[in-house]
Amino acid sequence: MATMAPPEQSALGAFIENLRQAPARLRDAIFRHGKPDTDRTRSQAVFANFFLHIHSTRIHERSLRFWATCGVGVGAFASFLVLTVTGILLMVYYKPTTDAAYQSIKDIHFVVPTGQFMRNIHRWAAHLMVGLVFLHMARVFYTSAYKKPREFNWLVGMALLVLTLGLSFTGYLLPWDQLAYWAITIGSNIAQSPREVTDALGITRFFDVGGLQKRLLLGADTVGQEALTRFYLLHVMVLPLLTAAFIGVHFWRIRKDGGLARPPDEPGEPVRLLTGQMVSFKPAPEKTYGLMALVRGTTPHVDRGQENTVTAWPNAFFAEMAVLMATCAIALVLALIADAPLKELANPSRPENPAKAPWYFLGLQELVSYSAFMGGIGIPTLVLLGLGLIPFLDRERDNGGLWCAGEGHKRVVLQSAVFGGAVVVALLAFTIQFGWLRNWFPDIPQLIIIAFNPGTVFVAVFAAWSLFVMNRCNSTRAGAIALFTCFFVAFIILTYVATVHRGPNWNFYWSRSQWPIH
Amino acid sequence: MSDLRRPQPIQRRDFLGKAAMWTCGATLGLATVGMARLPFPAVIAGEAGAVKVGRPDDLAPGPGRWIASARAFVFRDDAGVYAISGICTHLGCIVSQTLAGFDCPCHGSRFDSQGEVTRGPAPSALPWLEVGLAPDGQLVIDTQTNVPPGTKLSV
Repeated sequence: MATMAPPEQSALGAFIENLRQAPARLRDAIFRHGKPDTDRTRSQAVFANFFLHIHSTRIHERSLRFWATCGVGVGAFASFLVLTVTGILLMVYYKPTTDAAYQSIKDIHFVVPTGQFMRNIHRWAAHLMVGLVFLHMARVFYTSAYKKPREFNWLVGMALLVLTLGLSFTGYLLPWDQLAYWAITIGSNIAQSPREVTDALGITRFFDVGGLQKRLLLGADTVGQEALTRFYLLHVMVLPLLTAAFIGVHFWRIRKDGGLARPPDEPGEPVRLLTGQMVSFKPAPEKTYGLMALVRGTTPHVDRGQENTVTAWPNAFFAEMAVLMATCAIALVLALIADAPLKELANPSRPENPAKAPWYFLGLQELVSYSAFMGGIGIPTLVLLGLGLIPFLDRERDNGGLWCAGEGHKRVVLQSAVFGGAVVVALLAFTIQFGWLRNWFPDIPQLIIIAFNPGTVFVAVFAAWSLFVMNRCNSTRAGAIALFTCFFVAFIILTYVATVHRGPNWNFYWSRSQWPIH
Repeated sequence: MSDLRRPQPIQRRDFLGKAAMWTCGATLGLATVGMARLPFPAVIAGEAGAVKVGRPDDLAPGPGRWIASARAFVFRDDAGVYAISGICTHLGCIVSQTLAGFDCPCHGSRFDSQGEVTRGPAPSALPWLEVGLAPDGQLVIDTQTNVPPGTKLSV
């Protein structure tokens, strides 16, 4: 005989009780763990959270030290977040048509509440992101963090470098002022510059890859509405989505490749964590076991791990939050100090003189002033290829994580910096003082200038120097360091000369005050 | 070598599965090629190539006159009228006229008064443009048509 048990509580009472409990139950439904006050719940806080689980729950103590990363990678990501937020805000008022674009930027400057400030932050965060991406690449290179098993993540990082530069380049056109118009005219003609080679060979009629590239970029022969539409689409949709996807892959691979590169553990002095705890780590036994078919490599170690790691919550988040706040602070201060430029409305019949690209492209602009194709396409392609090949050509085993740890490698850095700097300065001084082949032989074939100009000369000298160092130190890593250092120094010097010392008609001036008045 | 390592004849089931995968791959690949055709415009809307620049009598011998709509300089001398493009052959900046010829502001290319490169990175000379006479007596520059340097329209 079935009888219903008398209810302990009336339905109305249960309803009221449920209503009272609703906030707590909502919280329990979202977070399936208690307060993160023990290592177990702290780990769960990371493990069970969609946004946090890209971290491992425990992180090696060494990865949190400042000199392990300098925080530049997280800083670049923080800049990307700042750029996303300020970019969406700017999109509220910006109008991507040639008639209205310039006026809408004027409105953002003078009418929209906080508009100019937001544009300043956007501009400065973009500069920061490019700079931090470069520094991050240098950090990864000099700490050997590209080595097995991190080769693929190095390539993902290079894709992100190219995407970052693409985002900057496409954003440059949108204000539709003189700066924008002429920078993109030059940029799209660089895309067309393979014609320099096909013209010299006389095959442009059959094989016009330069013309195709320019047409793809501009949708027309000159910079106009089609170009603005395309650049806007790339800048606000295509490139940010690609960048976000690649950032996801990049972070995920850091975990899958075993966290940040680091040397083997050593018994050490007690270290102070960001949370204030003093912890001393012990060396761990080397015995390992494999989870068959689940985990690659020799992880995890038995009786190991706990001693050398700390919970990601809160240690890693404190560090990341500190970098995020520092990046925001720097962008804000720069935005208060200096306004984003806005020149006159674009005028297709009168270029700026000098017409300068943003700083990170000025090194290339110096190179295209020797040969458009070599400076704009040939040498950048060679550099990207060389960078991409580094982890595959330098296979010397190294756990990574230490700055130029190999024997004598710090000296190689110093020597290469001096050597690379001297070569670039000497070549620049010679070219500025005496000119180049065209000045002496006006009828010289263009192909010779494409193949033999100051840009290609220093690339060849650097390659020879790298092989020499590789042979002398009997180490591929030393050769890689020599090459990377030479190019990094050359990039800085070319950027500096083009920024500071190039004036009207791209002539050399010691200071801006010497520029002719016109 | 064990039997497993030796190349095995492909099973019918495997063959059908692989054929299906390759068909899908080929279809998606071809569809991508088709989609990639879209951003290359079939027609480019732009300004008219032919620009009227006034009567020959309006032109004085000596320095050229800048025609902004044609992005070219028009000259007149004893032999006739001619036009030289003002778009630098290096990276598309607009050159300015000097006593010796033309200077490009962007990367320092220099051209003589006939448009030949004298220094800098420009790969070729400034092109000469076709000049004609319209029925109403005005000069017309065709910015789409290059003519050999030295071609002048006698008036």
